Amino acid sequence: MKLRVVVTLKNGVLDPQGKAIQHALGSLGFEGVADVRAGKIFELEVADDTSDEQIDEMCRKLLANTVIENYRVERQ
Amino acid sequence: MKTAVIVFPGSNCDRDVAVALRDVSGTAPAMVWHGESELPDGIGLIALPGGFSYGDYLRCGAISARSPIMQAVVGAAGRGTPVIGICNGFQVLTESGLLPGALMRNSGLNFVCRDAALTVENNRSIFTDRYQAGETIRIPVAHHDGNYFADDDTLDRLEGEGRVAFRYAENINGSARNIAGILNGAGNVLGMMPHPERRIEAAHGGDEGRRLFEGLLETVAA
Repeated sequence: MKLRVVVTLKNGVLDPQGKAIQHALGSLGFEGVADVRAGKIFELEVADDTSDEQIDEMCRKLLANTVIENYRVERQ
Repeated sequence: MKTAVIVFPGSNCDRDVAVALRDVSGTAPAMVWHGESELPDGIGLIALPGGFSYGDYLRCGAISARSPIMQAVVGAAGRGTPVIGICNGFQVLTESGLLPGALMRNSGLNFVCRDAALTVENNRSIFTDRYQAGETIRIPVAHHDGNYFADDDTLDRLEGEGRVAFRYAENINGSARNIAGILNGAGNVLGMMPHPERRIEAAHGGDEGRRLFEGLLETVAA
């Protein structure tokens, strides 16, 4: 089973990297980019019988730091 | 009194903190590899050193915090053994849940490598009792991800309980409320981004960092 885990910064957490990317887009001439938030994508191949609870635990214990990040799991 | 320095792949201040502990205590610390599952017997102080463990992959300190030895460190901390995490060690402490909050990319995006003026906020901890409350000390910093973040409730609690050990006199990395170092609730775990082990003798430009180790080792040995 293939999974995609998308990790993003929580609202309210400042994202200096996103800001730098936003400025770079502006300097390339792309106008009207109001905001950029950088995140991470993990593509996992796991055993077919992996439970939702196990997947959630992988996200909470390692893939995301829930102090600053949210995650969502997409099944491929 | 035996001390231990945990060595992760990519630690690069492990020898510096070992020299500080050896110079101040007269005994070389045990260097404990991250893959060990137990600490040597009788360890009275654990240091998590600075560096770039696992190349900062995933998040700074994230992989190290899940290494086998950290279960032993978390257990020892819970039994009251003093633990100091410096720089990457602070990141490992937040990632392991021993300290609240997280350390994010510096707000200016640059690696910051310089002397930083710190204000001693709490001088009643085992780590800071050789300083005066409100005293300004200069300690080197060298980090890319030292921007301390926690939600407002957590920050209020840290301040209300006197758990902010050090603040930056000038905010160099975007840290919430200028926080440079914090204590756990029991007061036996300190995480700080600045490097006290890099200021323990005159050749370092001062010995403000030495006082931290002197006070700590005297308390631990007593």
